[in-house]
Amino acid sequence: MTLLNQKYTSVEDAIAMIPDGASIMVGGFGSPGTPFALLEELLAQGQKGLTLIKNDANEPEIGIGRLIRAGRVDRLITSHIGLNRVAIEEMNQGRLAVEMYPQGLLAEKIRCAGAGHLGFLTDIGLETEIAQQRRELELNGRKCAIEPAITADFALIHADVADTYGNLAYRGTAINFNPLMAMAADKVIAQAFRVETPGGLKPEAIHTPCAFVNHVVQVDPATIEQGIRAHAV
Amino acid sequence: MPSDQERMLARAAREILPGQIVNLGIGLPTRLFHYMPEDLEVLVHSENGVLGCQPLGQDAAPDYELIDSGGAYIGTRPGASVFDSALSFAMIRRSRVDVTFMGAFEVDEQGNLANWKIPGKFSPGIGGAMELAQKVEKLVVLCSHNDKHGNPKILKQCRLPLTAPRCVSLIVTEKAVMEVKEKGLEVIDIAEGMDVDSLRAATEAELIIDESRLGRF
Repeated sequence: MTLLNQKYTSVEDAIAMIPDGASIMVGGFGSPGTPFALLEELLAQGQKGLTLIKNDANEPEIGIGRLIRAGRVDRLITSHIGLNRVAIEEMNQGRLAVEMYPQGLLAEKIRCAGAGHLGFLTDIGLETEIAQQRRELELNGRKCAIEPAITADFALIHADVADTYGNLAYRGTAINFNPLMAMAADKVIAQAFRVETPGGLKPEAIHTPCAFVNHVVQVDPATIEQGIRAHAV
Repeated sequence: MPSDQERMLARAAREILPGQIVNLGIGLPTRLFHYMPEDLEVLVHSENGVLGCQPLGQDAAPDYELIDSGGAYIGTRPGASVFDSALSFAMIRRSRVDVTFMGAFEVDEQGNLANWKIPGKFSPGIGGAMELAQKVEKLVVLCSHNDKHGNPKILKQCRLPLTAPRCVSLIVTEKAVMEVKEKGLEVIDIAEGMDVDSLRAATEAELIIDESRLGRF
């Protein structure tokens, strides 16, 4: 784990640690919670052959939508891409491999990895199409299916406030997948609108303790809000 | 004269009881906000991680970190909470959401629901629909009675991939309100100006109709 006094860094240095072919969890449900500044830097630095894990594909002009359009994503693990016609087209043309899960199962697969487990048992999706790809078993007389946990090389997280140790606090519906992914990935890079010195956040206000976070960067709310304003719905 | 959708929404809103936790699906169901009495004390759940959301007031500036699962900017009411996606779906899987409303491509006599995939044509992913359909005690489907080519959507047996088996409680279309019962689909209300024969003709499923008890909407 990164030492406490070495976590606060620049967006450029943090993203430079990501190699081609990396698997990356990306926070966000739609725009809120999407780490737009980190994704912009990833686009600028040019890493390719990426596997992304995100609830949705954003929209074509913003967030991971821009990485997909630039042909930098080979594989997407997600729950719903209905707001991104480009991602749907790339999937239909066979240029983007898409693996889809019901949203709560996707969240739980990530939560489970973050809790140090290998998977969990569920009755969600029995007798539906998704059951075909799973191993089923019986537990205490009830039928259930095995859902393996999902981990990743990196997570890109958006928080509202952080401290330089990497403690994080989220806001509104920008929480979504962020605290789950911050626990599930091997290396965690978090952006925040404000980065305080340690003690700046009250202990009970911290959602993700710094033990899970490797790097923290401060980003300008104005650049983020540009991305959020471009959101079309 | 209210439109078909307005009549459907007004009728569907009557299914929401004071004190309930309610989930409104993307699209038409989201408009139910505007059909609930203002003093109705309910908390609306949105699966992206909020309990107690409400439409943004006309002049209110949006908070860019506060949306519903359809992507619209929202406000929150007193008693609201926000949380992560795993917790949001724990709330659903533990059946703490009392009633959910969603659209449908097909519904059948057993209460099977298909609303997420048309193989080869439409497969954006299932989102939160599967868990809501499977675990919320009361699922109200709001959909047109027939597709745009006039084909019935209320079927003997769903043909498209299921969202969940045997999950629908009530179906509200512009033509009728149908309850899913052990013995089949029972029509409880029929649209003003609609007669029983035309309703049957527009429906593939077998309908149970007691004309003496039929309501109008």
